[in-house]
Amino acid sequence: MTVTTTVNGNVSAATASAAASAAATAEATGPQSLTMAKALNTAMADAMRADSSVLVFGEDVGMLGGVFRITDGLMAEFGEQRCFDTPLAESGIVGMAVGMAINGMRPVIEMQFDAFAYPAFEQIVSHVAKMHNRTKGKLKMPLVIRVPYAGGIGGVEHHCDSSESYYAHTAGLKVYTPATVADGYRMLREAIDSDDPVMFMEPKKLYWSKDQVDLGALRAEHDAGTSTEGRAAVARPGTDATLVAYGPSVPTALAAAAAAAEEGRSLEVIDVRTLVPFDDETVCASVRKTGRAVVIAEAHGFASVSSEIVARVQERAFHYLAAPILRVTGFDVPFPSPKLEHYYLPSVDRILDAVDDLQWED
Amino acid sequence: MTIHADHSAPETVVEDQAADVRTKFGISVEDYMLPARHQIQMVNPDGTLRSHDEQGTEPGHEYPTPSDAELMAAYEQLVVGRRVNDQNSALVRQGRMAVYPSSHGQEACQVAAAMCLSEGDWLFPTYRDAVAVMTRGVDPVEVMTIFRGDWHGGYDPTEHNVGIQCTPLTTQLLHAVGVAHAAKLRGENTVVMAMCGDGATSEGDFHEALNFAAVFHLPVIFFVQNNKYAISVPLSHQSVAPSLAHKAVGYGMAGERVDGNDLVALLAVMDRAVKLARDGSGPLLIEAHTYRMQAHTNADDATRYRPDSEVAEWQAKDPLARMKSYLTDNGLLDDEASNRIAEHAETVATQLREGLGEDVPVQPLDLFKYVFAKQTPQLKEQSEMLASELAREESGK
Repeated sequence: MTVTTTVNGNVSAATASAAASAAATAEATGPQSLTMAKALNTAMADAMRADSSVLVFGEDVGMLGGVFRITDGLMAEFGEQRCFDTPLAESGIVGMAVGMAINGMRPVIEMQFDAFAYPAFEQIVSHVAKMHNRTKGKLKMPLVIRVPYAGGIGGVEHHCDSSESYYAHTAGLKVYTPATVADGYRMLREAIDSDDPVMFMEPKKLYWSKDQVDLGALRAEHDAGTSTEGRAAVARPGTDATLVAYGPSVPTALAAAAAAAEEGRSLEVIDVRTLVPFDDETVCASVRKTGRAVVIAEAHGFASVSSEIVARVQERAFHYLAAPILRVTGFDVPFPSPKLEHYYLPSVDRILDAVDDLQWED
Repeated sequence: MTIHADHSAPETVVEDQAADVRTKFGISVEDYMLPARHQIQMVNPDGTLRSHDEQGTEPGHEYPTPSDAELMAAYEQLVVGRRVNDQNSALVRQGRMAVYPSSHGQEACQVAAAMCLSEGDWLFPTYRDAVAVMTRGVDPVEVMTIFRGDWHGGYDPTEHNVGIQCTPLTTQLLHAVGVAHAAKLRGENTVVMAMCGDGATSEGDFHEALNFAAVFHLPVIFFVQNNKYAISVPLSHQSVAPSLAHKAVGYGMAGERVDGNDLVALLAVMDRAVKLARDGSGPLLIEAHTYRMQAHTNADDATRYRPDSEVAEWQAKDPLARMKSYLTDNGLLDDEASNRIAEHAETVATQLREGLGEDVPVQPLDLFKYVFAKQTPQLKEQSEMLASELAREESGK
């Protein structure tokens, strides 16, 4: 699809310098230190350069570049018609994106915070998730709903919810959540490329996490069509027990595995990456190998993605298990205020305690 | 009650746009963006044409009477629409359709909403707008698939640019806004008709859709069929605004009220609205006063919440009888044309009876086929499970 010049025709002189700086990032090759925020930003910019039907909109995403600055510079480079602020109405943002997707666009929209996406729940569940099925595939829903989610930032109420289970429970949605800088880039590119709607859950406490990544290599990987959908990553190999984690809990699980190693216990850490579709194969292969598992998630444990993971693994690997699969999750209470959140969040100690409870024979 | 002259135009509205709307839509400077004081009515219930000063328009902004050809084509669709409504209600009674929310009594609105559009335009209907969908050219049997219970949608929305009939209230208005916005970004001159009912104006998405359309200055016509009831709840419990058309001014768009049982007035108002939208005047809100002659669906009992006398009163304003008298009295409709149109309606009814009478076997594995564009391993596994269940059933026979 080609967007006519009316869309791109009004790039001003002021925007040209921003475009040049973005281009400088684009030309960088070799490993460089990058934040997840910049990786996500670069993924959107690359996707917008590659396909004029990719649009970015939401609350404060234009001039301001988003409250987390994830869309920084996109309006300057691509103009107000491809990256723009909307009125403050989440159902309106998602509903309009549905219409745009019906009419040939690939919207990438931002819900400002996890709990601020709830007004859009009807549009997401009743239309985003069902349009493809309802029309027997005649209408595709190639839209990405970016949701900064989860806690660990000392946020006020309604700014720290782990809302992934609502979406994972809804048939017709794919749910991605990156835990590393490189995955931030590769998974957002894949989400934008996808003809299915993707709930893109961004762990906000990892926005400013840094890593050495090679953007040139990531771009080449993208162009070669490499996919992470339904492919969990072994974030740290180990032999004694498996820690299954995703999004904001992956660094905590890795820290727990490092601490356990000092005590002589080898823990394998699996980063689930895409909750829907879930990679049964990789997770179960690890548990069959280690015979023990702890599932870690910030969300409430009751009726959640973590309960689903436990159920799936025991259905498939029961005879390999030396102990019941345990979980370390948020308590079943509303997400607490900043001074209380560390009591709520899965911690290294709580993970190590759970590992100790895995009925070791020694 | 009317909002008075000292309410000045919102500053955010560009002055020449405002002047444009005032001039073309027949709104006085004093009542900037407010609907005309009365609903637009061009033909009396007995079929006689009202004089210009009785039509509800502001002086100098009268609506031209639509052409004879347009009126005749619309009348034909009106007759077909009524026949389809009644045929479908009969099919429900016979158990051949699961449910049918009939638009009996509202057919003039249905026909006008579809006929005012051009080929590349879009229509976003509610569940009660099957006749509008058909009038747009969608195959009648495909339209009714949703009500027969075969699948949640029976037609390809891209074939005639018609959204799938929407059962959640008002959500489709935002889809209409998105379609219009995408078209505008591509430089296409697409008008989008966004339909809803009076009850839907209470929903949050109504507000968000009108506001988005106005802020982005999109060619969307919000067409509210005010049929006086949301299932059982009367309009007085939905809104105490002077009229639903008055809601437009809050979004910085113009509104108009029209007699929804007067096809002549509907066509005149809708044609002008489409032209205004296409010419860049932004969105418009039109409220049509009509009446749902039958119950909400076959599962509803309308006698529990509205008196027979009210129904009788609206029976006398029937859009079909009115149009027939008007066309006959003006020498446009003779027996021959009348018979030909009745035959056409009968052909469509037969097509429906035959199409919906056929016992089309459902495909259980389709459950898994369209959930995603790219299948997941989990759904593949579940699909295989159902397939093996079906195979066992088959071999057990």
